[in-house]
Amino acid sequence: MTLSALRVAIIVFPGSNCDRDMMVAIEQLTSRRPALVWHKEASLDAADLVIIPGGFSFGDYLRCGALAGRSPIMNAVLDHAARGGAVMGICNGFQILTETGMVPGVLIRNAGLKFACRNVGLQVCETLASPFTSGLVTSKRLIIPIAHNEGNYFAEPDELNQLEGNGQIAFRYTDSKAIGPANPNGAAHDIAGVISQNGRVLGMMPHPERAMSDLHGSTDGAYLLLKSLEALAS
Amino acid sequence: MTSASDKMTFQNAAAMGLSRDEWNLITQRLGRVPNLCELGIFSAMWSEHCSYKSSKKWLKTLPIDGPQVIEGPGENAGAVDIGDGLAAIFKIESHNHPSYIEPYQGAATGVGGILRDVFTMGARPVALLNALRFGEAGHDKTRHLVNGVVSGIGGYGNCIGIPTIGGEVNFHKSYNGNILVNAMAVGLTNSDRIFRSAATGPGNPVIYVGAKTGRDGIHGATMASAEFSDETESKRPTVQVGDPFTGKLLMEACLELMASDSVLSIQDMGAAGLTSSSVEMASKGGLGMEIDLDLVPAREENMSAYELMLSESQERMLMVLKPEATETARVIFNKWDLDFMPIGQVTETGRLVLLKNGAAACDIPIGPLVDDAPEYDRPHGDAPTRPKLASHDIATNSQISKTLKSMLGHVDLASRRWIYEQYDSQVMADTMAGPGGDAALVRVHGSHRGLAISTDCTPRYVEANPKTGGAQAVAEAYRNLSAIGATPLAITNNLNFGNPEKPEIMTQLVDSIIGMGDAARMLDTPVVSGNVSLYNETDGSAIQPCPVIGMVGVIDDVELAVGHGFIAAGNDILVVGQNDSKNDGWLGASIYQQHFGDDKIYAPPPIDLAAERAHGSFVRQQILAGKINAAHDISDGGLAVAIAEMALKSGLGASILVPEQGQLHAWAFGEDQARFVVSTEDGTALIAAAKDAGIEITSIGMVSEASELKFGDRDTISLQELNDVFESCIPSLMAG
Repeated sequence: MTLSALRVAIIVFPGSNCDRDMMVAIEQLTSRRPALVWHKEASLDAADLVIIPGGFSFGDYLRCGALAGRSPIMNAVLDHAARGGAVMGICNGFQILTETGMVPGVLIRNAGLKFACRNVGLQVCETLASPFTSGLVTSKRLIIPIAHNEGNYFAEPDELNQLEGNGQIAFRYTDSKAIGPANPNGAAHDIAGVISQNGRVLGMMPHPERAMSDLHGSTDGAYLLLKSLEALAS
Repeated sequence: MTSASDKMTFQNAAAMGLSRDEWNLITQRLGRVPNLCELGIFSAMWSEHCSYKSSKKWLKTLPIDGPQVIEGPGENAGAVDIGDGLAAIFKIESHNHPSYIEPYQGAATGVGGILRDVFTMGARPVALLNALRFGEAGHDKTRHLVNGVVSGIGGYGNCIGIPTIGGEVNFHKSYNGNILVNAMAVGLTNSDRIFRSAATGPGNPVIYVGAKTGRDGIHGATMASAEFSDETESKRPTVQVGDPFTGKLLMEACLELMASDSVLSIQDMGAAGLTSSSVEMASKGGLGMEIDLDLVPAREENMSAYELMLSESQERMLMVLKPEATETARVIFNKWDLDFMPIGQVTETGRLVLLKNGAAACDIPIGPLVDDAPEYDRPHGDAPTRPKLASHDIATNSQISKTLKSMLGHVDLASRRWIYEQYDSQVMADTMAGPGGDAALVRVHGSHRGLAISTDCTPRYVEANPKTGGAQAVAEAYRNLSAIGATPLAITNNLNFGNPEKPEIMTQLVDSIIGMGDAARMLDTPVVSGNVSLYNETDGSAIQPCPVIGMVGVIDDVELAVGHGFIAAGNDILVVGQNDSKNDGWLGASIYQQHFGDDKIYAPPPIDLAAERAHGSFVRQQILAGKINAAHDISDGGLAVAIAEMALKSGLGASILVPEQGQLHAWAFGEDQARFVVSTEDGTALIAAAKDAGIEITSIGMVSEASELKFGDRDTISLQELNDVFESCIPSLMAG
C-alpha cells in the first residue's frame, strides 16, 4: 500500500506532550493525519502502527509509565500487539512499553540524576527481522535528540546477553559531536532502543519527531520514521 | 482558632505588614474594625507585590503604547500583534523569596504561575525563559540553590511540555542571601480571541476550577514583600507546592473551554489566591462578587475563611461563564479529571461578600481594596557619580589568549550548558534556536514566522549608574534580537530591587525606570507587562539592582535567521559599531575589571540609543538580505569573548588583526555598547553598505579552517583549550 493508506494511531494520555509533534511528523511523511486516541477509550480502531508518544503520561510521580500502563487503552494496545500489530513507544512511550512488558527491561533514573536534553549519536544495530530496522543502513550514525530523566536502560546480565544474541537491540548511543559522554544516561550496553522478540514492537528513548528538517538541525528522525513506515506499508 | 468575627487590632495588621496609616485607612473606609479574614484580604491586596505601591508612580512613566500593542499592562499578561491575525502574549514574573527558601518548589511554581498568566489570556504557551541570579560560586548555599532552582524550572516546564528556550544566569555575592528567579512565558493566540479578567453580568456564575485549596502558600504575597532575616527558614510553610501534571490538565481544559463560546472572564489564582482573583475580576468589571466559601474545593478539613482566601495553592482558576454554558464547561473539566465548582455569582453591589457556614465571613466594599490601595512617592535622590576607569589604571594584560582563557573559564562567562541541558528546549518541535545564543527563536506552529525572545540585564551597570543600566538592559535585548535578524516588538520587565523605603534604593528604582523608558521609546519597544519585586535584602543588605528585560520580536521567515556560530572558513569578520575602543576600550564596570581590577565602582559604558537603533537595524537588514551569515552582540567580556564564542559554537577558528597602537587589553575586553561582531562572505560589500547607511564598521579578520584563535602574529590559542575551560567550569563547580 501507499504511505498515505497507512493507518497510524497515536495514544494520548493526559500528560502526553509529544503527541502533537509526532502527529505532525507522521503527517509530514505520509500526507495523512494520524488518529489521536484518548487514554480513556477501551478499544482501538484497526491500525497499521500504534505510537505511544513522549511526555509525562500521568505526571510520572509514582513511576514513569506505571499508571499509563494500567489505563483502559493499554488493554487494546496489548491486544493489537498480541495480534502481531506494530507498536512504537518513544521516551515515556518506551517506559510504558517496559511497564506493560511489551519490550524487555526497565528504564531507571539517568546515571547523572539529571534531566538531559541534547542531541545524541545513535548507531543502528543488526537486528532480527523488524519493520523498524529493516530499511535502515546499519553502519549509519544518526543524530537525534533525547529529553528525559529516566532513560537509563537496565536489565539483568542474562537478559542483556539474550537481547544481544537475539538481535533485539535496535539502537545504541555512540559518539557524536555533542559534548559529553556518548552514553548520556548510563544505559546498559549503551542501549537507546530495543525491539520485541517478534520484531513488531520498538521502544526507544530518543525523539525522532524532533529531527524532521534542517531547521531542527537534523533530518535523521525523518529518515528513521520514514523507513519504518515504508516497511509497514510494503 | 480565631473566629471570623474576632476584632483585629493594629498589632494584627502590623504582623501582616501593614503600616499605621494603612490600618487607619482601612478602619476609616470600613467604618469599623475588620475581622481576621477581611484584614488578611486588605493586607494581601495592599502588599507591595499586589499593589505596586512604591513603584506605581514611576511605572506610569513607561511607554506602553504602539501600533503593535493589543494589550498593555494591567491584564494577566501583555499582548502584541505579530501579523497574520496572531498575537504573542507574554509576561515575566519573579519568584525570588520562595525560591531561596525552597528552591525546587519556589522555581517550579514560578514557572507554573507565569504559564497560567499566559494561558488565562487564551494563548497556548510556546516558550519559557528565565533570568536567574545566584550568590558567589564559592558560597555555602550556591550549589544547593542552583541545583534546586534548575531542577525546579525543568521539573515544571519539562512535564507540562513547554520548551525552555533561553535565559540568563549570573553569580554575584550580593545575591548570597537573596537569589533572583524570574520566569517568562510567551504564548500565541488569534488576536481576536484574547480573554480578559473583568467580571461581567450580575447573576452570572463564578466558577472555581483546577486543583483543590490547601494550607500551602498562605499569605505568600505578603512574605514576598518583606526583607529576609535569620527567621526566613521558619517561613518554609508559606512556599507553594507545584504540580505540573495538574497544571497541564488545567491548561488543556482551559484552552479547550476557551475554544467554545463559554467564558466571559477568567483570572488565574496566583499571588494572594482567591483574594486577588475575585477582587480583581469584580473591580475591573465595576461589580461585586458573592462567594460561598463552603463550596470551595478544599484539600484539608476545617479551613477557615482566612485560610481559604489567602491560600496560594497552585493550579487554580476563577472564571465567569455564560450561565447556559455551565454544563458544557463541566463536561470538559470532567474529561480532564479536574474540580469544577460554581462557588458564587457576580453581583451589582460592588462588595465582596464571603459566606462561611451560612454567615457572612467578610463583607467589604471592593473600591477601597483596589482604588484606595496606597501609592507612595518614596524619597529618592541623585545616583552617585562614578569615576571613569582609565585603561592604564588596571592590569594591562597584553596576551589576549591567556586572559581570554582565564575569563572564559570563570563562572561569569563560562558555558551554561550544564544548566540548560536540564531543560527540555525542544518539545513542541518548533524550537529553531534554543539556549546558548543571542536570542532564542521559536517558530509559529504551521507557519514560517518566528518569535525571537531574549531576557537581559547587567546588574553591575545598574548598580554603577541606574539610568544607564536601565537603558542598557533594553538595548542589549534589542541587540540580541537584531543579531538573529528579528524585529523587536515589545518588552516585559521584572524590576528586582532592595528596600524602597531606603532613598538610595528608591533612587536605583526611579533612575533605572527612567533609563528603561528612554530606551523603550527610542527602540519602539513599549512595555506591555511586568512585575516588581522589592525588599530583596538580607539582614539590611540589598542585592545588586536587577531590572530584567524580556523582549519579544518577530521574523517573517525563520529560514532567514542566523546564529552566532561562524559558517565557513575564508569569511570576513567585521565589527559593526564605534571603533574608538581600538585605542581605548571601556573597562569600567566590565567583566575584565571584575577579574583584574579593584572593587571600586566605576562608570559603566555609556549608552547611545540612536546608535543602538541604527546599528541594530543595519545588522537586521543585512541578515535578512543574506549579507551577514553569523552575528553576535558584544556584551559581557567584550570583543575577544564575542569572537571566541562564535568560534566555539562552530568549531571554526579565526585569524584576528590586532591594533598596532593603543591598549590591547582595553581593545579586546572593553564593553563599549551598540556593537556586533558579524561574519560575511563579502566584507567589501558589507563595508560599502555600512558606509551608505552611515554606520561605522571595521574589518578585523577572517574565519579560518584551523581550530584556533590567532590574535595578530604571535598570540594563538587552540579552540580545544578554550572549550575545555569554557565547558568544564560550571560542571566542576556543581560537582563541588
